[in-house]
Amino acid sequence: MTFDQLLTATEPTPPLMEVRNISKSLGGKLILDDVSLSLNRGQLKVLIGPSGSGKSTLLQCIHFLLQPDRGDVILDGKSAWEMSHFNICSFRQKIGMIFQDFNLFDHLTALDNVAIAPRKVKGLRRTEAYQRAKEELARVGLSDKFDHYPAQLSGGQKQRVSIARAMAMDPKIMLLDEPTSALDPELIGEVLNVIAVLAKGGMTMLMVTHQIGFARHLTDEIIFMEAGRVVEQGSPKFLLDDNSESRTALFCSHLTELTGR
Amino acid sequence: MLAFLDIPIVESVLYIIRGTGYTVGLIVGAMATGLIIGLPLAAIQIFGPRWSKALAALYVWFFRGIPIIVLLFLFYFGVFGFIEKLLKTYSGYNVALPPFLASVTALGLVSGAYQSQIFRGTILSLHRGQFIAAKSLGFSTIGTVFHIILPQALRLAIPAWSNEYSILLKDSAVAYLLGTMEIMARIGHLVSITHRHVPFYLLAGLLYFLLTHVGVVALKALERRTRIPGLGNDPQEV
Repeated sequence: MTFDQLLTATEPTPPLMEVRNISKSLGGKLILDDVSLSLNRGQLKVLIGPSGSGKSTLLQCIHFLLQPDRGDVILDGKSAWEMSHFNICSFRQKIGMIFQDFNLFDHLTALDNVAIAPRKVKGLRRTEAYQRAKEELARVGLSDKFDHYPAQLSGGQKQRVSIARAMAMDPKIMLLDEPTSALDPELIGEVLNVIAVLAKGGMTMLMVTHQIGFARHLTDEIIFMEAGRVVEQGSPKFLLDDNSESRTALFCSHLTELTGR
Repeated sequence: MLAFLDIPIVESVLYIIRGTGYTVGLIVGAMATGLIIGLPLAAIQIFGPRWSKALAALYVWFFRGIPIIVLLFLFYFGVFGFIEKLLKTYSGYNVALPPFLASVTALGLVSGAYQSQIFRGTILSLHRGQFIAAKSLGFSTIGTVFHIILPQALRLAIPAWSNEYSILLKDSAVAYLLGTMEIMARIGHLVSITHRHVPFYLLAGLLYFLLTHVGVVALKALERRTRIPGLGNDPQEV
């Protein structure tokens, strides 16, 4: 038995998602250099790193919004490359994505923003889709905002609508790309609360964030990226310990210096 | 009032009203043709593969570069003449294609070039992240265009579209050169009978003015009715 076989044999359950050796160049510049990671069901992993380290590009490659130059994403045993040959849209449906600047549909009310993908992508009936949309909006505490257009909502409310919108598609996994970076400080809490509830509810998530104080209590693993590579990977306790000399701890000490926390 | 012109009043009025109908038909047909051409052309110029972008640019370059009147004649005698000849060769019948159809098509082709630029501008002004969000929810490109891009782009295009309407309406006057019996053709006819140039051309001017006004007011109302808070600028806030 080879070492690799031994590893797979001792693995209790296969990971829900595996990112295998992804590389991506944009405009002739290597943005992602052989990045691999895996997520088990119900796990929340946090991705941190300086800007320009390729975190957002990695999320987009995992979602196949950008096609990686090399590497593959295996979700629930299915290869994204294989699916991309006939129906990449059905692969994308299984992954929810939350963006830094919300990206709500400007011409739709909060309710329609949540209901449109179940209706038009999944083909749910109108009444079912709206029922589901109302439940999802209620879950993020926006029952009183059904008829509001994005422009009539605060940043925190917009981000919660976008979480409801992603959840209404029953994703197997959620990718969050700095979900609180564009928010006023006093609005960050309401969004983090929703994310915490999702995490405790067993949602599998990969989150890019600089909210280290928040993240370290929810996550069991921090992945630190720099210059397109995964530099460090480990439990927050191990990486962020006061005596730790990890690259992650150094980076986070700068973050806390900046924010005074 | 028209008694001094020595022509039957009721008949003349009806004659001109029917001409107004032709003009309305021309402008509605040409705007619709332009919309059907302009929308996909705009989408191609933004989202299409490189070769199709070049073709779309060629189209716009060609139809914006030639006077409508030249195009009208080229179309009527060239394309329509060719089709008529084909029909005669293969069916044996002498078919005369109506000049109205040639006028609508020629005006529509030109308007398509201009409208594609209107829609290209409005699509580019939309918040780009929405397209990525739609993709991430599993929308196909076509689905994104129909459910996300068009509902916004069409709303934002109304002011520029109303501009295109008022320009094209007046351009449609050249259709009389092919013998389309619209306002100018009939006014010209009445002038040739009565030799009263000024009152009739004043009337023609008034009719075009009214048609422009009605269309622009209607589009303004449509713009107000379909307005969505935060999409585009609210005139009350600017």
